[in-house]
Amino acid sequence: MKQFVYGVKDGIPIALGYASVAFTFGLVTMEYGLSWWQATLISLTCLTSAGQFAGIGTMAAGGSLLEMAVSQLVINLRYGLMGVSLSQNVTKKVSGISRWILAYGITDEIFAVAISKTYKIGRGYLVGLYVLPVMGWTLGTMGGALLGSVLPQNISSALGVALYGMFIAVVVPPAKENRKILAVVGIAVGLSCIFKWTPMLKTISSGTAVIISAVIAAFVGAVWFPMEEEGGESQ
Amino acid sequence: MRNYWIYLLVMAGVTYLIRAVPFSLCKKEITNPTMKAFLAYIPYTVLAAMTFPAILYATSSLISGAVGCVLGLLLALQRKSLLTVAIASCVGVFVTEYIMHIIGVM
Repeated sequence: MKQFVYGVKDGIPIALGYASVAFTFGLVTMEYGLSWWQATLISLTCLTSAGQFAGIGTMAAGGSLLEMAVSQLVINLRYGLMGVSLSQNVTKKVSGISRWILAYGITDEIFAVAISKTYKIGRGYLVGLYVLPVMGWTLGTMGGALLGSVLPQNISSALGVALYGMFIAVVVPPAKENRKILAVVGIAVGLSCIFKWTPMLKTISSGTAVIISAVIAAFVGAVWFPMEEEGGESQ
Repeated sequence: MRNYWIYLLVMAGVTYLIRAVPFSLCKKEITNPTMKAFLAYIPYTVLAAMTFPAILYATSSLISGAVGCVLGLLLALQRKSLLTVAIASCVGVFVTEYIMHIIGVM
């Protein structure tokens, strides 16, 4: 119980950050033809920023299920790495079914907090740590979506760029600080432009083009400048 | 959106399995710096490739899309919050299209 309370306390700053990002996500989903409960359910079940942004894009574009699965796999692959890492830092009691349940809450920020503990953490702490961020993420989405659904039409048409504005806000600050990230982002954008504007490549669906561009850029970056420490991704 | 449930199932299912399978089954830690770098870069490259050039085609005109993009970049460079950057891009688009209507180029 004591550990649960510690976890809840550690989750407060994460929850606040999530609520504001999720609010924007919720606001944007309206532009993609989703109702407020559909948006909220996505946030509750997926609990991931970049993956959800890509997901609603695929939904709106009527992309194939394979495209959806591959894009989610690629974007969220890092959670697998975090899961492996976190598995070293939990008590022996966290085993079997507990792990299958607790895996749900692995996100960039939750992982960062959980892995920073110098002692092995248990179920109580992890559950406590998850509670507020999950609520912040889900309720923030609901709030944004409900507000979005009452906005007048001429304003909502300008919301078409809101999602991209968010992406820019996620990518630009770390790219400004870190030249490696700047380089991989540049490569990704360059490839994405080639896919869009080269006559022969135009026929490839936008979702597939994004996956190919992103994987090549990250792969080239990883080979050229491998990283000892992970850069944080803001959710 | 008639495919909502099946899309949601794939989206949530894949995301959950990526988290659950390694956390539940793996015993060894990944230390390969190339692999770690790849996984660290992927979120940025995905978002970047999704944004550009798609942002230019997200509005009624290339010009308003470009204005939204540049405004977003300028504010993001100053480390403004996601909400601020997103709203600024939208306002940029809205105002640009309004002006274009007035001067009759749209």
